[in-house]
Amino acid sequence: MSYRTTAARIVAFAALATTSTASFAATEVSWWHAMGGRLGEVVNEISANYNASQDVCQLTPVYKGTYEETLTAGIAAFRAGEQPNIIQVFDAGAATIIGAKGAVTPAEDLLKDAGADFDINDYIAGVRYFYADTNGKMIGMPFNSSTPILYYNEEALNKAGVQPPKTWEEFEAIAPKLKEAGYIPLTQSHLPWIFTENFMSRHDLPFATNANGYEGAEGTEILVNNDAIKAHFSKVKEWLDQDLFAWYGTGWADNQKPFQEGEAAMWLGSSGSFGGLMKATEFDFSATYLPYWASVHETGTNTFIGGAALFAMSGKPKAENDCVANFYSYLTSPEVQYFWHKETGYVPITNAAYELAQQDGHYERFPAAEIGIQQLTLPGGENTKGYRMGFYVQIRDVMNREYGKIFSGEASVEEAFDTIEEESNKLLGRFAKTSG
Amino acid sequence: MKRVQFANPLMPYMLLLPQLVIVAVFFLWPAAEAVRASFYLEDPFGFGATFVGFDNFTDALSSSDYGRTARFTLGFTAVTAFFSLAIALLLAVKADSVIRGASSYRTLLMWVYAIAPPVAGLIGVMLFDQHIGPLSEMARFLGWDMQIGVNYYDTAFAMVVISVWKQVPINFIFFLSGLQSVPKSVQEAAAIDCRSGTRRFWTVTFPLLAPTGFFLLIINITYALFDTFGIIDLVLKGEPGNNPVTLVYKVFLDGFRGNDLGGSSAQSVILMILVFVLTVVQFRMIERRVHYN
Repeated sequence: MSYRTTAARIVAFAALATTSTASFAATEVSWWHAMGGRLGEVVNEISANYNASQDVCQLTPVYKGTYEETLTAGIAAFRAGEQPNIIQVFDAGAATIIGAKGAVTPAEDLLKDAGADFDINDYIAGVRYFYADTNGKMIGMPFNSSTPILYYNEEALNKAGVQPPKTWEEFEAIAPKLKEAGYIPLTQSHLPWIFTENFMSRHDLPFATNANGYEGAEGTEILVNNDAIKAHFSKVKEWLDQDLFAWYGTGWADNQKPFQEGEAAMWLGSSGSFGGLMKATEFDFSATYLPYWASVHETGTNTFIGGAALFAMSGKPKAENDCVANFYSYLTSPEVQYFWHKETGYVPITNAAYELAQQDGHYERFPAAEIGIQQLTLPGGENTKGYRMGFYVQIRDVMNREYGKIFSGEASVEEAFDTIEEESNKLLGRFAKTSG
Repeated sequence: MKRVQFANPLMPYMLLLPQLVIVAVFFLWPAAEAVRASFYLEDPFGFGATFVGFDNFTDALSSSDYGRTARFTLGFTAVTAFFSLAIALLLAVKADSVIRGASSYRTLLMWVYAIAPPVAGLIGVMLFDQHIGPLSEMARFLGWDMQIGVNYYDTAFAMVVISVWKQVPINFIFFLSGLQSVPKSVQEAAAIDCRSGTRRFWTVTFPLLAPTGFFLLIINITYALFDTFGIIDLVLKGEPGNNPVTLVYKVFLDGFRGNDLGGSSAQSVILMILVFVLTVVQFRMIERRVHYN
């Protein structure tokens, strides 16, 4: 092939490529997420439905691995100027992305600039301010919102002749009966999330200074070293030693498996696990609220929202930002929220979607599906809005390490919490310096 | 001897240039960047940074967890390198003396080498899984309540076994070729002098294998320190918890999981110094005792 024909072909191909993009007028918007397995399928379905619903914007979801991997990929891309339009960031990474002033366009601004309706009171109470800034402006759009709840195997509880526990005191009374009936009474899947962060919110205990860290990173200190949680962990260690509780390490699935296979009678997991459990289990299960210590708080308050939110990364043209706003409006519409809620078990984030699910009779068919949202809308207290701490992924790693030491007998509860407090405060101090 | 000279004095530098560019772009530049970052506490998105001097280094070195990680890394490297070499040497000596079906034995022993490291790691993780792993079940049958991911030492045990298993074939190939290059005449002369096969091995064959052994020692220490990363990641399933990690894995955890760029850079600078010292020690101290001819 001569040089001339090659060149001619290249020119022709380039011309063809340009015309084909020109005829395809939709604005392209990318969305990096961390939803694998069944959740990923639902994300793809929502995106496909959104693209089919209009022809101005073309949304492309990209799976980036775990929450941590997605955030790291987003940071690397941002520094290289190649950031996606939307990135899904989990609760523990919220301080990092919100703390980086200029990395994201607040969801509230985005929607208002695009001329869309926005009223923070449309969102359910537990979700409203978790991803907001100091002034209550919504920065991240809550997406997959979950909260820890107690799942129980109905067959197992009937066999032992017991009722699901509302409090830890009740758990102590029924656990030996479940053990006698041949079950592991309880497992759980995330010690920092369920037995630490939500332990604080369930009992309305302060988790950090500076209003749980919302008033800024400067001088924020963790308040994890308190008698209530130390008493709790002493009890959990006792239960572990008496085979009333089992622990299979830090992996989520390792702890879920015994419940799924009918060996464990009860499991503390995410309300978002509901959809997966429905598919994986062969027995009847139901769910109830996360237990609390009646000796610490009379009634128990609402739990924190967990899961992740969507952040619109800055440095994008207005047309693309408008598409993101348009997608946010679509995503928060009652129908889409209900679809997401039904398929996954994550809670609907708006009051309208919750009402739609109620009207449709979803909770009569699956009473357990309502537990998460009911728990999030329980009466709250001063400390149940959320928490905001930097380098929180590492703080969680410190907690996991020290809890592992408590359970293996390497450290006493007292020593472990001293270490968590000391190392967490060191990390928080370091984080406060990162903003320069 | 005639010295070869280039006609153009610039020519040798031109020939070296591609290699030097690669070293500069992929090693020197990132290394310099790591040294710079180790003196700052930086917002991961790059919006702000505070110069903190040696704080990142003192924070890392004074934390009890860093000491624990360093001790584990040392032990893990020693044990992994030792068993990888010892088992490979034993297998090579035995395979070398097999006469019938020698090539099938050799092929089978090298087989694992063909498996990609992540796949090998995954197979190992499945064998040791605390719910369904046959090796864990066998351990429980023998009265050892093995729980990978829960018990620190059980997890360490699994990491060592998988790492050694993956490394033995490479060592085996080198040892076998080393053994085959030991001159027949030397072996026969030794056989006349000494009847004991074991003694002949330690006094004649082993010293002649020393160059291969030294090379493999360096390769294996590097392997245990750095290349076991994938295996460790797979065993931990991304959640370190109260499990052993190596220093390299900790750099990854703090930097890429925790987004603590300053702290992670400081740790990688410490590792760079460590590797530098190790290299000097290896070549200065050990190589003197190795006879190449």
